[in-house]
Amino acid sequence: MSDITTAPDVQFGIFTVSDVTQDPTTGVTPSEAERISATVEIARHAEEVGLDVFALGEHHNPPFWSSSPTTTLAYIAAQTRSLILSTATTLITTNDPVKIAEDYAMLQHLSGGRMDLMLGRGNTGPVYPWFGKDIRQGLPLAIESYALLHKLWREDVVDWEGKFRTPLNGFTSTPRPLDGIPPFVWHGSIRTPEIAEQAAYYGDGFFANNIFWPAEHYQRLIALYRQRWEHYGHGAPETAIVGLGGQVFMAKNSQDAVRQFRPYFDNAPVYGHGPSLEDFAEMTPLTVGSPQQVIDRYAGMRDLFGDYQRQLFLIDHAGLPLKTVLEQLDFLGGEVVPVLRKELARDRPAAVPAGPTHAARVAAAYGDGPTRQARPRANRGDNMSGPNPYQDAPVAAGAAFGLGGAR
Amino acid sequence: MSVRRIAVVSAGLSSPSSTRMLADRLAAATVAALADQGTEATVDVIELRDHAHDITNNLLTGFAPPALESAINTVVSADGLIVVTPIFSTSYSGLFKSFIDVLDPDALRGMPVLIGANAGTARHSLAIDYAIRPLFAYLRAEAVPTGVFAASADWGGQGDDVKPLRARVDRGARELAAAVAARPSARAGDPFDPASYLGEGKSFGHLLGGLAGE
Repeated sequence: MSDITTAPDVQFGIFTVSDVTQDPTTGVTPSEAERISATVEIARHAEEVGLDVFALGEHHNPPFWSSSPTTTLAYIAAQTRSLILSTATTLITTNDPVKIAEDYAMLQHLSGGRMDLMLGRGNTGPVYPWFGKDIRQGLPLAIESYALLHKLWREDVVDWEGKFRTPLNGFTSTPRPLDGIPPFVWHGSIRTPEIAEQAAYYGDGFFANNIFWPAEHYQRLIALYRQRWEHYGHGAPETAIVGLGGQVFMAKNSQDAVRQFRPYFDNAPVYGHGPSLEDFAEMTPLTVGSPQQVIDRYAGMRDLFGDYQRQLFLIDHAGLPLKTVLEQLDFLGGEVVPVLRKELARDRPAAVPAGPTHAARVAAAYGDGPTRQARPRANRGDNMSGPNPYQDAPVAAGAAFGLGGAR
Repeated sequence: MSVRRIAVVSAGLSSPSSTRMLADRLAAATVAALADQGTEATVDVIELRDHAHDITNNLLTGFAPPALESAINTVVSADGLIVVTPIFSTSYSGLFKSFIDVLDPDALRGMPVLIGANAGTARHSLAIDYAIRPLFAYLRAEAVPTGVFAASADWGGQGDDVKPLRARVDRGARELAAAVAARPSARAGDPFDPASYLGEGKSFGHLLGGLAGE
C-alpha cells in the first residue's frame, strides 16, 4: 500500500487497448499467448521504471485479447508492489453491474487496494447484442448500471429494480469493499456531456481519452465536469479529479522517432490510412519525437485542462514489438516522467488533490481509527428479513458509505 | 432586424464549375429576395472540393480537422442553407453525401434549405426530388418546395423557354428568403450546456429517473 505522504500529485502510467496487431515492418502477427505474456512484462517494467499506474482495456472480439481484465490485473498485482492497476475501460453497458461489483471488489482485496477502474460504454456495435443489449440504449444503460454498481459497494443489502436487469431482492455483493472503501471510479468519455455530468454527480473522477480527438473537444468536457462537480457540492472546480490520456513515441532524436513510428502509425487500427502522422500529431496530443519534445507537450496539458491527477500514455499498440515498448517505458521512466513530476508540481495549488489512492481514501474516511472489517454472520438465507448480514452495525447512508464516501 | 447569414455548400469538383455557378446565382437571388423584405443577409460559401481530404479523414478518425470543423460550424449555425451538388449516377455526389455524413444527425434540424443540382442533361432533373429531398427530410431540415435543377443546356440558352433557369432560381430564392425571414435568427445551441442535455432546470437525478427520486 502506498504511503500517503509520498503519494504523487500526478499519477503517471500507461494504458493498453490489448490489440493483437501485425507488426507492419516484419509482417509478423503475435499470437494471443505472446501478447498476453508481453503485456504482463510491460506492466512489470512500468513499475520498474517508476511509473504509478497500469490500465487495461476490455474487449470481447478479435483482434483484442483482454476479455477478462480482473484476471489479468490480479496476476499483475501479485507480481508488483506499488503499481496501481486500473482499466481503460470497463464496459458498464454490456457487463452486469453485479459481476463488476464482485470482480473488482475481489481485485481490490487481492491487490491490497492498489486498484481503481474506469467505466466506459464501448462503441463496438456488434458487442452489445452478444450480451443481450442494444447500443442505442448505451447511455441509459451506463447511467442505470452505474447507479446499481454504486449502491452495491455502499449498501450491504440491496433491493433494486431497473429497466435493464433482473431485480434484486436482499442481495449482498461479496466481498465487501476492502476496509469498507469502495474502489475509486473514473468515468471515461470522448464526447458525451452526460458522462461528465454523471462523474460530477457522484463525485467520481473523469478521464478524457485525449488520443483520438483534438484537445479542444476534451477541454469542453473537462470544463463541464469541473463546473458540475462544484454544482453538486463536491468543492471548487479545481478540486475535481481529472485524468488524461496521451500518446507518445520517442527516440533520442526526433527524426529517428518519426521514421521508426511511421509504419505503425500509417497502419494503426482506428486512425491508420487516414491523416498523415504530421497532421495527426499537430491536431491531437500524439507526440512523436525526442523525450524533450514529449516533456514540452505534456507539461502544457495543465494549461489546457487545469491541474490534474493522472496521466496515462498509450505506447504499446499497432503492432509495436515488446522490445520497442520496453524502450519506450525506459524513456518515460528515465527521462520524461521525472521532469514532468517537477514541472506539474510547480505552482500547483494546495487545494488540488493528489491522484486517488486507497490509503488516502482510508485516511480521509477513518483518520487514524480502525477501518471496517466485514465479518459475516452465520448464513441463515434470510438476507431480506433478518438483520444486516455482517456483524458490525450497518453504517447510515450519508456517512462513510454515502455519497461522501466516494470522494 | 438582425443580419441573416446564408451558408452555401457547393459540391462541384472542377473550377470553375457549373455547380458553383448555380450556387452563386441561388445565393445572389436569395440575398436580393431578403433585401426586398428589408432584411440584410451575408453569404458564406463552402467548396467541398477544398475539404475533400479532411472529409475522408473525418470519416476515418471521427473528428474534423480544424478547417473542416470551421466549415461545418459555418453551415450548421447559418440562418439558411443552399446546397448544390452535381448529379452523379442518378444521385448526389459521393463527396456531397460524405460531407452530410460527418455532420451531427441533428445539426440541420429545422434549417431552411434550398436544394440545387446540376448535370449534363435535364433527364436527371427529378433526382432533386427522389434522391436529395429525402436526405433532408431524414435530417428534419426544412427544404423549400422548389428545387432548382440546371442542365448544361440551361447555361447555353437552349434550356426551358417557358420557365427559364433565371425564373426557377428566383422562385427557389424567394421561398428560401421567406423561410429564413420567418425563422428567428439562429442561436447556436451549446451541447455542453446542462440545459441542453438535461433539459432546462433539470438535474442528473432526472436522468436516473425514479432512482434518485426526482
